[in-house]
Amino acid sequence: MEHSVQEVTVHHEPGGKEVVQKIIKTTVILSVITIIELGMGLAMYAWPMAEGLKLFLKGVIVILSLAKAFYIVGIFMHLGDELKNMIMTIVVPLLLFIWFIAAFLWDGNSWKTLRNTYNKPAVENVAPAAHGAGEKH
Amino acid sequence: MATVQAHTETKWWGGGKSPFNIEYGKLMMWYFLMSDAFTFGAFLISYGTIRFSQNYWPDPNEVFNAFPLAGHANLPLAFVSLMTFILIVSSVTMVLAVHAGHHNDKKGVIKWMIWTVIGGFAFLGCQAWEWTHLITGDHAVLINGEIQNIGTTVTMNPWGPASTVTGADGHHVNTTGPVAFGGYFFGITGFHGFHVFSGVIINVVMLIMTINGTFERRGHYLMIEKAGLYWHFVDLVWVFVFLCFYLI
Repeated sequence: MEHSVQEVTVHHEPGGKEVVQKIIKTTVILSVITIIELGMGLAMYAWPMAEGLKLFLKGVIVILSLAKAFYIVGIFMHLGDELKNMIMTIVVPLLLFIWFIAAFLWDGNSWKTLRNTYNKPAVENVAPAAHGAGEKH
Repeated sequence: MATVQAHTETKWWGGGKSPFNIEYGKLMMWYFLMSDAFTFGAFLISYGTIRFSQNYWPDPNEVFNAFPLAGHANLPLAFVSLMTFILIVSSVTMVLAVHAGHHNDKKGVIKWMIWTVIGGFAFLGCQAWEWTHLITGDHAVLINGEIQNIGTTVTMNPWGPASTVTGADGHHVNTTGPVAFGGYFFGITGFHGFHVFSGVIINVVMLIMTINGTFERRGHYLMIEKAGLYWHFVDLVWVFVFLCFYLI
Protein backbone atom coordinates (compact mmCIF):
# COMPACT_ATOMS: atom_id res chain seq x y z
CA MET A 1 0.00 0.00 0.00
CA GLU A 2 1.10 3.53 -0.69
CA HIS A 3 1.58 5.64 2.36
CA SER A 4 2.40 8.99 0.88
CA VAL A 5 -0.69 11.14 1.26
CA GLN A 6 -1.20 13.63 -1.53
CA GLU A 7 -2.13 16.97 -0.04
CA VAL A 8 -1.60 19.61 -2.68
CA THR A 9 -4.19 19.84 -5.43
CA VAL A 10 -3.54 18.97 -9.00
CA HIS A 11 -3.56 22.06 -11.17
CA HIS A 12 -6.72 21.99 -13.19
CA GLU A 13 -5.80 24.77 -15.55
CA PRO A 14 -4.08 23.67 -18.72
CA GLY A 15 -3.29 26.79 -20.72
CA GLY A 16 -3.31 30.50 -20.01
CA LYS A 17 -5.18 31.99 -22.96
CA GLU A 18 -8.25 29.75 -22.76
CA VAL A 19 -8.72 30.42 -19.06
CA VAL A 20 -8.51 34.18 -19.48
CA GLN A 21 -11.01 33.97 -22.32
CA LYS A 22 -13.36 31.96 -20.11
CA ILE A 23 -13.04 34.61 -17.38
CA ILE A 24 -13.81 37.42 -19.84
CA LYS A 25 -16.79 35.50 -21.19
CA THR A 26 -18.14 34.97 -17.68
CA THR A 27 -17.66 38.67 -16.89
CA VAL A 28 -19.66 39.61 -19.96
CA ILE A 29 -22.43 37.16 -19.03
CA LEU A 30 -22.61 38.52 -15.47
CA SER A 31 -22.72 42.13 -16.68
CA VAL A 32 -25.40 41.44 -19.26
CA ILE A 33 -27.58 39.59 -16.74
CA THR A 34 -27.17 42.48 -14.27
CA ILE A 35 -28.17 45.01 -16.91
CA ILE A 36 -31.26 42.96 -17.83
CA GLU A 37 -32.19 42.73 -14.15
CA LEU A 38 -31.81 46.47 -13.73
CA GLY A 39 -33.90 47.09 -16.83
CA MET A 40 -36.68 44.95 -15.45
CA GLY A 41 -36.45 46.60 -12.02
CA LEU A 42 -36.72 50.04 -13.61
CA ALA A 43 -39.55 48.94 -15.90
CA MET A 44 -41.60 47.98 -12.85
CA TYR A 45 -41.08 51.52 -11.58
CA ALA A 46 -41.46 53.46 -14.83
CA TRP A 47 -44.63 51.86 -16.20
CA PRO A 48 -47.71 51.04 -14.20
CA MET A 49 -48.45 47.35 -14.56
CA ALA A 50 -50.72 44.69 -13.14
CA GLU A 51 -49.62 42.96 -9.90
CA GLY A 52 -49.54 39.62 -11.70
CA LEU A 53 -47.10 40.87 -14.32
CA LYS A 54 -44.95 42.49 -11.63
CA LEU A 55 -44.82 39.21 -9.74
CA PHE A 56 -43.83 37.43 -12.94
CA LEU A 57 -41.00 39.92 -13.60
CA LYS A 58 -39.80 39.52 -10.01
CA GLY A 59 -39.76 35.75 -10.51
CA VAL A 60 -37.66 36.16 -13.66
CA ILE A 61 -35.24 38.43 -11.77
CA VAL A 62 -34.86 35.79 -9.03
CA ILE A 63 -34.08 33.12 -11.64
CA LEU A 64 -31.54 35.43 -13.33
CA SER A 65 -29.86 36.04 -9.96
CA LEU A 66 -29.58 32.29 -9.44
CA ALA A 67 -27.92 32.07 -12.85
CA LYS A 68 -25.43 34.74 -11.73
CA ALA A 69 -24.75 32.76 -8.56
CA PHE A 70 -24.16 29.65 -10.69
CA TYR A 71 -21.57 31.45 -12.83
CA ILE A 72 -19.78 33.03 -9.85
CA VAL A 73 -19.55 29.75 -7.94
CA GLY A 74 -18.92 27.50 -10.94
CA ILE A 75 -16.42 29.58 -12.90
CA PHE A 76 -14.94 32.27 -10.61
CA MET A 77 -14.71 30.01 -7.56
CA HIS A 78 -13.75 27.03 -9.76
CA LEU A 79 -16.22 24.75 -7.99
CA GLY A 80 -17.08 23.26 -11.37
CA ASP A 81 -13.48 21.98 -11.65
CA GLU A 82 -13.58 20.06 -8.36
CA LEU A 83 -14.47 16.40 -7.93
CA LYS A 84 -18.16 15.66 -8.08
CA ASN A 85 -18.26 14.24 -4.54
CA MET A 86 -16.75 17.44 -3.18
CA ILE A 87 -19.24 19.58 -5.12
CA MET A 88 -22.07 17.53 -3.65
CA THR A 89 -20.93 18.12 -0.06
CA ILE A 90 -21.37 21.86 -0.71
CA VAL A 91 -24.46 21.85 -2.89
CA VAL A 92 -26.64 19.22 -1.20
CA PRO A 93 -26.85 20.97 2.21
CA LEU A 94 -27.85 24.19 0.42
CA LEU A 95 -30.98 22.41 -0.82
CA LEU A 96 -32.35 23.02 2.69
CA PHE A 97 -32.91 26.60 1.52
CA ILE A 98 -35.80 25.45 -0.66
CA TRP A 99 -37.74 24.44 2.42
CA PHE A 100 -36.56 27.41 4.51
CA ILE A 101 -37.71 29.93 1.94
CA ALA A 102 -41.06 28.27 1.29
CA ALA A 103 -41.86 27.76 4.98
CA PHE A 104 -40.84 31.18 6.27
CA LEU A 105 -42.42 33.23 3.49
CA TRP A 106 -45.60 31.22 3.94
CA ASP A 107 -45.42 31.97 7.65
CA GLY A 108 -45.01 35.70 7.01
CA ASN A 109 -47.96 35.73 4.68
CA SER A 110 -50.14 33.87 7.16
CA TRP A 111 -49.12 36.38 9.83
CA LYS A 112 -50.34 39.21 7.61
CA THR A 113 -53.62 37.47 6.89
CA LEU A 114 -54.27 36.78 10.57
CA ARG A 115 -53.51 40.37 11.54
CA ASN A 116 -55.71 41.81 8.82
CA THR A 117 -58.54 39.48 9.77
CA TYR A 118 -58.53 39.76 13.54
CA ASN A 119 -56.95 43.13 14.38
CA LYS A 120 -58.81 46.39 14.17
CA PRO A 121 -57.79 48.30 11.06
CA ALA A 122 -55.10 50.85 11.90
CA VAL A 123 -56.44 54.34 12.60
CA GLU A 124 -55.80 56.47 9.56
CA ASN A 125 -53.64 59.53 9.98
CA VAL A 126 -55.68 62.69 9.63
CA ALA A 127 -54.74 66.25 8.82
CA PRO A 128 -53.51 68.41 11.70
CA ALA A 129 -56.40 70.01 13.58
CA ALA A 130 -55.31 73.55 12.68
CA HIS A 131 -55.95 72.98 8.97
CA GLY A 132 -59.36 71.42 9.49
CA ALA A 133 -60.63 74.04 12.03
CA GLY A 134 -64.25 74.97 11.57
CA GLU A 135 -65.23 71.71 10.00
CA LYS A 136 -67.92 70.19 12.11
CA HIS A 137 -70.06 67.26 11.33
CA MET B 1 -6.55 -9.85 -3.62
CA ALA B 2 -5.72 -6.68 -1.77
CA THR B 3 -3.12 -5.61 -4.32
CA VAL B 4 -5.55 -6.15 -7.16
CA GLN B 5 -8.08 -3.87 -5.48
CA ALA B 6 -5.52 -1.17 -4.77
CA HIS B 7 -4.72 -0.92 -8.44
CA THR B 8 -8.32 -0.89 -9.63
CA GLU B 9 -9.37 2.61 -10.67
CA THR B 10 -12.83 3.56 -9.42
CA LYS B 11 -14.64 6.83 -9.00
CA TRP B 12 -14.79 6.20 -5.26
CA TRP B 13 -12.26 7.03 -2.66
CA GLY B 14 -10.20 4.01 -1.67
CA GLY B 15 -7.98 5.57 0.99
CA GLY B 16 -4.32 6.48 0.77
CA LYS B 17 -4.84 9.90 -0.74
CA SER B 18 -6.83 13.08 -0.21
CA PRO B 19 -10.36 11.98 -1.17
CA PHE B 20 -11.46 15.24 -2.78
CA ASN B 21 -8.06 15.99 -4.33
CA ILE B 22 -8.23 19.41 -2.69
CA GLU B 23 -5.94 21.04 -0.19
CA TYR B 24 -7.15 20.96 3.43
CA GLY B 25 -7.34 24.72 3.94
CA LYS B 26 -9.24 25.22 0.71
CA LEU B 27 -11.75 22.54 1.60
CA MET B 28 -12.28 24.10 5.02
CA MET B 29 -12.74 27.51 3.39
CA TRP B 30 -15.51 25.98 1.30
CA TYR B 31 -17.23 24.60 4.39
CA PHE B 32 -16.86 27.91 6.19
CA LEU B 33 -18.41 29.67 3.22
CA MET B 34 -21.28 27.18 3.16
CA SER B 35 -22.00 27.92 6.83
CA ASP B 36 -21.73 31.65 6.13
CA ALA B 37 -24.22 31.20 3.29
CA PHE B 38 -26.65 29.84 5.86
CA THR B 39 -26.06 32.86 8.10
CA PHE B 40 -26.80 35.28 5.28
CA GLY B 41 -29.65 33.08 4.11
CA ALA B 42 -31.20 33.19 7.59
CA PHE B 43 -30.98 37.00 7.63
CA LEU B 44 -32.49 37.37 4.17
CA ILE B 45 -35.24 34.84 4.83
CA SER B 46 -36.11 36.61 8.09
CA TYR B 47 -36.32 39.85 6.10
CA GLY B 48 -38.59 38.11 3.60
CA THR B 49 -40.84 36.81 6.37
CA ILE B 50 -41.32 40.28 7.88
CA ARG B 51 -41.81 41.81 4.45
CA PHE B 52 -44.48 39.24 3.59
CA SER B 53 -46.23 40.00 6.89
CA GLN B 54 -46.64 43.71 6.08
CA ASN B 55 -49.42 45.28 4.10
CA TYR B 56 -47.10 47.98 2.82
CA TRP B 57 -43.41 47.87 1.91
CA PRO B 58 -41.41 50.81 0.43
CA ASP B 59 -40.57 50.72 -3.28
CA PRO B 60 -36.75 50.50 -3.58
CA ASN B 61 -36.89 52.66 -6.72
CA GLU B 62 -38.13 55.54 -4.58
CA VAL B 63 -35.81 55.00 -1.63
CA PHE B 64 -32.58 54.45 -3.57
CA ASN B 65 -32.71 57.15 -6.21
CA ALA B 66 -29.84 59.45 -5.25
CA PHE B 67 -26.39 59.75 -6.78
CA PRO B 68 -23.40 61.67 -5.37
CA LEU B 69 -23.17 65.25 -6.70
CA ALA B 70 -26.41 64.82 -8.63
CA GLY B 71 -28.49 66.88 -6.21
CA HIS B 72 -32.14 65.93 -6.13
CA ALA B 73 -32.15 64.25 -9.55
CA ASN B 74 -34.35 61.16 -9.59
CA LEU B 75 -31.98 58.37 -10.59
CA PRO B 76 -33.48 55.13 -9.30
CA LEU B 77 -31.01 52.29 -8.77
CA ALA B 78 -28.20 54.16 -10.55
CA PHE B 79 -25.83 54.29 -7.59
CA VAL B 80 -26.43 50.73 -6.47
CA SER B 81 -25.78 49.58 -10.06
CA LEU B 82 -22.42 51.29 -9.86
CA MET B 83 -21.71 49.46 -6.58
CA THR B 84 -22.72 46.15 -8.17
CA PHE B 85 -20.40 46.66 -11.11
CA ILE B 86 -17.54 47.68 -8.83
CA LEU B 87 -17.96 44.39 -6.96
CA ILE B 88 -18.23 42.33 -10.16
CA VAL B 89 -15.08 43.95 -11.57
CA SER B 90 -13.15 43.42 -8.34
CA SER B 91 -14.28 39.79 -8.46
CA VAL B 92 -12.86 39.51 -11.98
CA THR B 93 -9.53 41.03 -10.96
CA MET B 94 -9.46 38.49 -8.11
CA VAL B 95 -9.92 35.57 -10.54
CA LEU B 96 -7.10 36.99 -12.62
CA ALA B 97 -4.90 37.14 -9.49
CA VAL B 98 -5.71 33.49 -8.74
CA HIS B 99 -4.99 32.64 -12.37
CA ALA B 100 -1.62 34.42 -12.19
CA GLY B 101 -0.93 32.48 -9.00
CA HIS B 102 -1.50 29.18 -10.81
CA HIS B 103 1.33 30.14 -13.12
CA ASN B 104 3.55 31.33 -10.23
CA ASP B 105 3.49 34.78 -11.82
CA LYS B 106 4.36 37.00 -8.85
CA LYS B 107 4.08 40.28 -10.75
CA GLY B 108 0.66 39.34 -12.11
CA VAL B 109 -0.59 38.40 -8.64
CA ILE B 110 0.61 41.72 -7.21
CA LYS B 111 -0.97 43.74 -10.03
CA TRP B 112 -4.39 42.06 -9.81
CA MET B 113 -4.42 42.00 -6.01
CA ILE B 114 -3.84 45.77 -5.98
CA TRP B 115 -6.83 46.25 -8.30
CA THR B 116 -8.95 43.96 -6.14
CA VAL B 117 -8.08 45.93 -2.99
CA ILE B 118 -8.91 49.19 -4.79
CA GLY B 119 -12.26 47.74 -5.87
CA GLY B 120 -12.99 46.70 -2.30
CA PHE B 121 -12.26 50.15 -0.92
CA ALA B 122 -14.34 51.76 -3.70
CA PHE B 123 -17.30 49.58 -2.76
CA LEU B 124 -16.94 50.41 0.94
CA GLY B 125 -16.75 54.12 0.09
CA CYS B 126 -19.96 53.86 -1.93
CA GLN B 127 -21.69 52.07 0.89
CA ALA B 128 -20.57 54.70 3.40
CA TRP B 129 -22.00 57.41 1.15
CA GLU B 130 -25.27 55.54 0.69
CA TRP B 131 -25.75 54.98 4.43
CA THR B 132 -24.93 58.61 5.20
CA HIS B 133 -27.38 59.78 2.58
CA LEU B 134 -30.16 57.58 3.97
CA ILE B 135 -29.56 58.48 7.61
CA THR B 136 -29.14 62.23 7.14
CA GLY B 137 -31.60 62.73 4.25
CA ASP B 138 -34.71 64.25 5.82
CA HIS B 139 -38.19 63.54 4.54
CA ALA B 140 -41.44 65.20 5.57
CA VAL B 141 -43.61 62.62 7.32
CA LEU B 142 -46.94 62.91 9.08
CA ILE B 143 -46.55 61.59 12.63
CA ASN B 144 -49.43 61.91 15.12
CA GLY B 145 -51.00 64.63 12.99
CA GLU B 146 -47.84 66.69 12.78
CA ILE B 147 -45.40 67.01 9.91
CA GLN B 148 -41.89 66.04 10.99
CA ASN B 149 -38.66 65.64 9.06
CA ILE B 150 -37.04 62.27 9.66
CA GLY B 151 -34.28 60.23 8.03
CA THR B 152 -34.08 56.48 7.50
CA THR B 153 -32.64 54.74 10.55
CA VAL B 154 -33.23 51.49 12.42
CA THR B 155 -36.05 53.15 14.36
CA MET B 156 -37.51 55.53 11.75
CA ASN B 157 -38.85 54.92 8.29
CA PRO B 158 -40.13 57.89 6.28
CA TRP B 159 -41.04 55.67 3.29
CA GLY B 160 -44.63 54.89 4.15
CA PRO B 161 -47.83 55.24 2.14
CA ALA B 162 -48.74 58.76 1.00
CA SER B 163 -50.71 60.81 3.52
CA THR B 164 -53.75 62.96 2.87
CA VAL B 165 -51.92 66.25 3.46
CA THR B 166 -49.30 68.13 1.51
CA GLY B 167 -46.45 70.12 2.99
CA ALA B 168 -46.26 73.92 3.11
CA ASP B 169 -44.14 74.02 -0.06
CA GLY B 170 -46.41 71.66 -1.95
CA HIS B 171 -44.25 68.57 -1.40
CA HIS B 172 -46.13 65.36 -0.87
CA VAL B 173 -45.99 64.02 2.67
CA ASN B 174 -45.79 60.34 3.57
CA THR B 175 -46.93 58.53 6.64
CA THR B 176 -44.35 56.38 8.41
CA GLY B 177 -43.55 52.99 6.89
CA PRO B 178 -42.67 49.69 8.59
CA VAL B 179 -39.80 50.21 11.04
CA ALA B 180 -38.31 46.81 10.07
CA PHE B 181 -37.24 48.28 6.71
CA GLY B 182 -34.32 50.27 8.16
CA GLY B 183 -33.37 47.55 10.62
CA TYR B 184 -33.07 44.89 7.96
CA PHE B 185 -31.47 47.19 5.42
CA PHE B 186 -28.73 48.46 7.75
CA GLY B 187 -28.37 45.09 9.46
CA ILE B 188 -27.91 43.00 6.32
CA THR B 189 -25.99 45.48 4.16
CA GLY B 190 -23.90 46.22 7.27
CA PHE B 191 -23.13 42.54 7.79
CA HIS B 192 -22.23 42.27 4.12
CA GLY B 193 -20.15 45.45 4.34
CA PHE B 194 -18.32 43.93 7.31
CA HIS B 195 -17.52 40.92 5.12
CA VAL B 196 -16.24 43.23 2.39
CA PHE B 197 -14.12 45.05 4.97
CA SER B 198 -12.60 41.85 6.35
CA GLY B 199 -12.11 40.64 2.76
CA VAL B 200 -10.16 43.80 1.94
CA ILE B 201 -8.00 43.29 5.05
CA ILE B 202 -7.33 39.67 4.04
CA ASN B 203 -6.49 40.79 0.50
CA VAL B 204 -4.10 43.44 1.80
CA VAL B 205 -2.35 40.81 3.95
CA MET B 206 -2.14 38.50 0.92
CA LEU B 207 -0.74 41.35 -1.17
CA ILE B 208 1.95 42.09 1.43
CA MET B 209 2.84 38.39 1.70
CA THR B 210 3.09 38.17 -2.11
CA ILE B 211 5.33 41.24 -2.28
CA ASN B 212 7.54 39.76 0.46
CA GLY B 213 7.87 36.61 -1.65
CA THR B 214 6.31 34.31 0.97
CA PHE B 215 4.31 32.34 -1.60
CA GLU B 216 7.18 32.28 -4.07
CA ARG B 217 9.34 30.54 -1.45
CA ARG B 218 6.44 28.22 -0.58
CA GLY B 219 6.20 27.22 -4.24
CA HIS B 220 2.47 27.73 -4.61
CA TYR B 221 -0.14 30.49 -4.34
CA LEU B 222 -2.86 28.48 -2.60
CA MET B 223 -3.40 31.25 -0.05
CA ILE B 224 -4.41 33.58 -2.88
CA GLU B 225 -6.94 30.95 -3.96
CA LYS B 226 -8.40 30.78 -0.44
CA ALA B 227 -8.60 34.56 -0.15
CA GLY B 228 -10.15 34.52 -3.61
CA LEU B 229 -12.85 32.07 -2.51
CA TYR B 230 -13.78 34.41 0.34
CA TRP B 231 -13.79 37.45 -1.92
CA HIS B 232 -16.00 35.75 -4.53
CA PHE B 233 -18.35 34.71 -1.77
CA VAL B 234 -18.72 38.36 -0.78
CA ASP B 235 -19.66 39.12 -4.39
CA LEU B 236 -22.06 36.17 -4.39
CA VAL B 237 -23.82 37.44 -1.27
CA TRP B 238 -24.13 40.87 -2.85
CA VAL B 239 -26.01 39.28 -5.77
CA PHE B 240 -28.71 38.25 -3.29
CA VAL B 241 -28.61 41.42 -1.18
CA PHE B 242 -28.98 43.39 -4.43
CA LEU B 243 -31.88 41.12 -5.42
CA CYS B 244 -33.76 41.32 -2.13
CA PHE B 245 -33.30 44.98 -1.25
CA TYR B 246 -33.05 46.81 -4.56
CA LEU B 247 -34.61 44.81 -7.36
CA ILE B 248 -37.75 43.15 -6.01
